[in-house]
Amino acid sequence: MRAVGFYPGCSLEATARDYMESVKGAAELLDLELVEVPDWNCCGASAAHSLDHRASLNLAARNLALAQKGPQPVVVPCALCFNRLKAGQHELAGGRELLLPEIKAMGADFAAPEIVELNTFLTSPRMIDLAEAGKKRDLTGLRPAVYYGCQGQRPPAVTGHPAHENPMGIDRLLRALGAEVVDWPFKTDCCGASHAIARPDLVHALVGRLYERALERGANCLVTGCQMCQANLDMYQEEIAAGLQREVYLPVFYFTELLGLALGHQQTNAWLGRHMVSPARLLEQSGLNL
Amino acid sequence: MEAMTPVKEGDVTSPPIRPSPDLLERTRAMGEASAAACYGCKKCSNGCPLTFAMDLHPYQVVRYVQLGLWQRLKNCRTIWICASCHTCLTRCPNQVDLPRLMDVLKQMVLAEGAPVSEERVLLFHRLFLDEVLKRGKVFEGGLMGRYLFKTDGPFSPAARKNAVLGWQMFKRGRIKLLPQGTRDRRWLKALRRAGQGGGS
Ligand code: SF4
Ligand code: SF4
Repeated sequence: MRAVGFYPGCSLEATARDYMESVKGAAELLDLELVEVPDWNCCGASAAHSLDHRASLNLAARNLALAQKGPQPVVVPCALCFNRLKAGQHELAGGRELLLPEIKAMGADFAAPEIVELNTFLTSPRMIDLAEAGKKRDLTGLRPAVYYGCQGQRPPAVTGHPAHENPMGIDRLLRALGAEVVDWPFKTDCCGASHAIARPDLVHALVGRLYERALERGANCLVTGCQMCQANLDMYQEEIAAGLQREVYLPVFYFTELLGLALGHQQTNAWLGRHMVSPARLLEQSGLNL
Repeated sequence: MEAMTPVKEGDVTSPPIRPSPDLLERTRAMGEASAAACYGCKKCSNGCPLTFAMDLHPYQVVRYVQLGLWQRLKNCRTIWICASCHTCLTRCPNQVDLPRLMDVLKQMVLAEGAPVSEERVLLFHRLFLDEVLKRGKVFEGGLMGRYLFKTDGPFSPAARKNAVLGWQMFKRGRIKLLPQGTRDRRWLKALRRAGQGGGS
């Protein structure tokens, strides 16, 4: 069993429980031990970088100092947390003037922790081989459009992503698991992210476009590796579809859930049961019901 | 694709403006936003997913910073509508950090105490940041409750809709009833103190 660091972020402890459980399930299946960063704090999200740059940097710095202590790399399931940690590293390489004495005193080498987005980590060629070797059934009948969102890729100078305009990791994994992944050019378009609460109209407009584009390409489900994307695509589907005046049935899976489905994790059904758009009908049609 | 709002003829040039380097200097001092490097190719605006809701296009924000047009910038919606998706920065041939520039401008508006065009966006950010600075983590349930209470009120249709959604989530085991936080909280006090006055 290989140990890796794990920074879950706030949502995975609450509203994104389905993601958390399936991440842990995927780790079991791939023989990984997730070692949580001890006493990690919130990354500050859009709120901190919008209103208080210094807070944003210090929040990242404390996490990095704590992340340095455990096993490497430190995998991050949330795209925004990942982005904030990487942006912190990037800025701290240029200077530490904005750090509080309390944080500076943690004596960290902020460049040391190797921060990797979970979906990048779990879709390396080695991991895909492992997943394929453990496959119990093919995901035939699923035609996913993979939606990576924005924060995991951009800006590449910060994220280090090798293919920021056309990421392929989850696509490759799902192909290896037998799904008929559709190619579409909107993988990294924005879903509106944190505007979901204050300006839901914006999120509805952006997500509505994504639905239409995915349907045009013949997709019958969406797959994400970020709980904000998942929430925005899953929670308001009925309302957005009504606005578009068309029927939309696009279950929104986490890629980790599909790992569970293909490799036969016993809890997969429980994870999927926490979604708003139930995938039951699609799975039944595809002969994949549990 | 939504049609872009046409730029009004003369929007930038009339009445006659006196360019001032003031904003360039202030934004540079607050971060590496480098608005000066922009040569106006508008690539940033072409790729921006949110122009349909903006009153200034991203490149206009950069241009107004170059020209020092603070009066036009400080009331604009664009800086609050930007979702920090980093498409513009990624594609800008001059690597102008627009999302960072938007943040810097937001913080300048707050420091000046000027009215904010997108009050709800600001309120949500504020409540979120308060949560983080209090406990070190965000308690989503409490945050939603406070936001609704302060905007539409507990008996509004919006609150009812969210209560239904909340119940659906609760049934699916996705609502935590107790706030979470970091065990160590001494550092948070220092962070709150440092942030007073709008941050930097
Ligand atoms: S892409 Fe860059 S150089 Fe071109 S207009 Fe936008 S900020 Fe200016
Ligand atoms: S970061 Fe903001 S301005 Fe830039 S493309 Fe995204 S939403 Fe538009």
